[in-house]
Amino acid sequence: MTGYIARRLLHGLFLVAGVVVVNFVLLRLAPGDTATAIAGEMGGATADVLAAIRADYGLDRPLPTQLAIYLGHIARGDLGMSHYFNLPVSSLIAARLGPTVLLVASAQIVALVVGVALGVLAARARGGAVPTLVTAFTTACHAMPVFWTGIMLVVLFASILPVLPVEGMSDLRLRDAGWITRTLDVARHLVLPVVTLVLVHLAQYARITGAAMREVLAADFIRVVRAKGAPERTVLFRHALRNAALPVLTVAGLQFGHLLSGALLVETVFNWPGLGRLAFESLLRRDYPTVLGVLLCAAAMVVVVNLLTDLAYRLADPRLRTVP
Amino acid sequence: MYRFGRILARLAFALVLAAAPALADGRPGGSLVILSTQVPRHVNGALQSGVAVAIPSTQIFASLLRYDAEWNPEPYLAESWQVSDDGLSVTLKLVAGATFHDGRPVTSEDVAFSILAIRDNHPFKSMFAPVEAVETPDPGTAVIRLGRPHPALLLALSPALAPILPKHVYGDGQDLRTHPANVAAVGAGPFRLAEFQPGEHIILKRYENFFLPGRPYLDEIVIRYLPDVSTLLLAMERGEGDLRPFATGSQEIRRLRQVDRLAVTNAGYAALGPINWLAFNTRSPKLADRRVRQAIAYAIDRDYIVGTLHHGVSVAQRGPIVEGSPFFDPTVPAYDLDLDKARGLLAEVGLGDGLQLTVDYVPGLVEQQKNLAEYLKSQLKKIGIDVTVRTSPDTATWASRIAGHDFEMTMDTVFNWGDPVIGVHRTYLSSNIRPGVVWSNTQSYADARVDALLEAAAVELDPARRKQLYAEFQQIVATDLPVYWLNLLPFHTAYDRRLGNPPLSIWGVLSPMDELYWIKDK
Repeated sequence: MTGYIARRLLHGLFLVAGVVVVNFVLLRLAPGDTATAIAGEMGGATADVLAAIRADYGLDRPLPTQLAIYLGHIARGDLGMSHYFNLPVSSLIAARLGPTVLLVASAQIVALVVGVALGVLAARARGGAVPTLVTAFTTACHAMPVFWTGIMLVVLFASILPVLPVEGMSDLRLRDAGWITRTLDVARHLVLPVVTLVLVHLAQYARITGAAMREVLAADFIRVVRAKGAPERTVLFRHALRNAALPVLTVAGLQFGHLLSGALLVETVFNWPGLGRLAFESLLRRDYPTVLGVLLCAAAMVVVVNLLTDLAYRLADPRLRTVP
Repeated sequence: MYRFGRILARLAFALVLAAAPALADGRPGGSLVILSTQVPRHVNGALQSGVAVAIPSTQIFASLLRYDAEWNPEPYLAESWQVSDDGLSVTLKLVAGATFHDGRPVTSEDVAFSILAIRDNHPFKSMFAPVEAVETPDPGTAVIRLGRPHPALLLALSPALAPILPKHVYGDGQDLRTHPANVAAVGAGPFRLAEFQPGEHIILKRYENFFLPGRPYLDEIVIRYLPDVSTLLLAMERGEGDLRPFATGSQEIRRLRQVDRLAVTNAGYAALGPINWLAFNTRSPKLADRRVRQAIAYAIDRDYIVGTLHHGVSVAQRGPIVEGSPFFDPTVPAYDLDLDKARGLLAEVGLGDGLQLTVDYVPGLVEQQKNLAEYLKSQLKKIGIDVTVRTSPDTATWASRIAGHDFEMTMDTVFNWGDPVIGVHRTYLSSNIRPGVVWSNTQSYADARVDALLEAAAVELDPARRKQLYAEFQQIVATDLPVYWLNLLPFHTAYDRRLGNPPLSIWGVLSPMDELYWIKDK
């Protein structure tokens, strides 16, 4: 097991390094640079100022030199300085990581619970209106682009049903309130972004769970369990769902990456102060180190979550533990 | 003369204090939430004066002078000032008792350090380029020595352009452009920086020992950054913000006007002077003859732009200097819509069969830029000009193209920044044709008369004569048309009606908000 984890981590390391190099080159292919973006924010610039900005950030050096310097910094665990804010990229990421993890983890958990429940419901019904309704609902949600779903929810809750906040993560006016008030405030702000992500990712879990459950429920051992007089709840959740969980786990790992990319749009629509919005805004500012830092962080998160999924897969299915 | 000037300035200072808003209809204290789309990199206005930085910078740092709504300078850190008869020195007496937020006194050493730091680091080089030295005969007196007369100097001492930095903080030998205190600023302004969350919010707290007694009235200012205009608008409608500066879209302005608790005004942007224009690359063989540029001008209907495309929220702009400026010349040619005249001019230069041109635009400001570029395409087709609208994915790409003179025509927005020396000269002086630099003379316009007029106006101390020089300049460029001015950007400020003394001076929200107060309890 230890050897397996070490191999996977090594693979992950190469993957992340590849992501860094590809993103570094791709970003530099875009016209314009940090200096022109900063000049726009400054209200103008002289040739001297532009040259000074480029020299400050090493943008006047050849691209391979810039890449080598950047990789050297990464190897030492230094993500560099933000060209825009002139602050360490690690500090910007640290400030935004929590909100993104909160958003994505909440969405993952809710999507998993609701999706699996819908899948079980559809499989248990064995025909009739329920499976059709579940399929129609989840497919419709899946077909909606994440930004459109978000905007529609904003429109709904901003004007028609103004009971939930439609932007931000907290109300700054409550920053001196007690922790319970502040926690509830964050929870209220979390509802719409999470619902947006959940609606889009629900279908995968519901469809996979439904299909796996139908297959398992038709198996001989389920017939034996029922023949022994086990209650339906025990049949469904202890025997059928446990066996149907393996493909759901696999999808959950893959979905994490999709949720992260979806979070970029959701964070922008709801002004959520997370990594996605930081990446988007930094891209517009040509703040290369920050964009690269966020992408590196996201790649690392996907690698780690997929590794954890595989480990969970092995724990759930003893047959896999002997596979190298 | 000097003594008389000092008496006048002291009297003005006393009047400023006396004119401080009576709080009979309000109360000191309370919080102000400003919502803005423009995210600052830092809060040090000595390095740049873009609107994103200037809003917090003018609260944190005090300057030597400030301005009212009629372009009159008022005492601020300087209680009096005197320009020498030859215009080669300005003597400033500092107000007694002013301190920085760390408790250290503001002295002439800080003034000298700040002015030289701004001269050496700020992108608006023309503000303090003539400054040769700043003498400090005593802690309360600073004498600015100039290499040539510089009438723009007094306006350059405004809060948005010349914050006074503490030398003991910023003068420690570190590079000012990357100084850690740029995001942990220490100033002498009415509010101190309590929290800087990059890209998210800034929290400013009342500075208890501010040198103007009793001020500021507010306890705190919170500046929240919402890059998406729709989100910001919703937040204003839901009462999550008290003041929204720089509202530009007609739809946004109309919706803000429908909110009962909000007052919406376009006052407070006179000094900024934001012009939306069409710039021509005069080096392009197709556009080298000014008659082609004039033909294009005659084919554009400014009334349609401001009345229909901008739904009446913007104002037509006829020349290089905005109408609110004391130097504006109302007699510049208007180029009212005349398609026949436009076709005739093209025929004169042998282009009666038409020509093909491209137009770029700054992405982001859709209504002001993209929509006008599309309008130009349809409108110029009427006189036989086939226009291709060239899209840039982001501002950096557009800036890169324009700075490299890789364009034929481009939409652009450029600010006057108060005095023409600061914001106008850069577009028309032939010495400022600098490939690689955006918002320089990217039109490659060169006219010896214009160069001479601008150079003369830059050193002319007599206001009437200076105005005359700028009038001649405006007539020439309005004939040559290196740029065709379309409209003023419709900047509007929406603010809660319960706010007393809203920021409506020539610098608007780019000035200290020490006088703001809540009329009723909030």
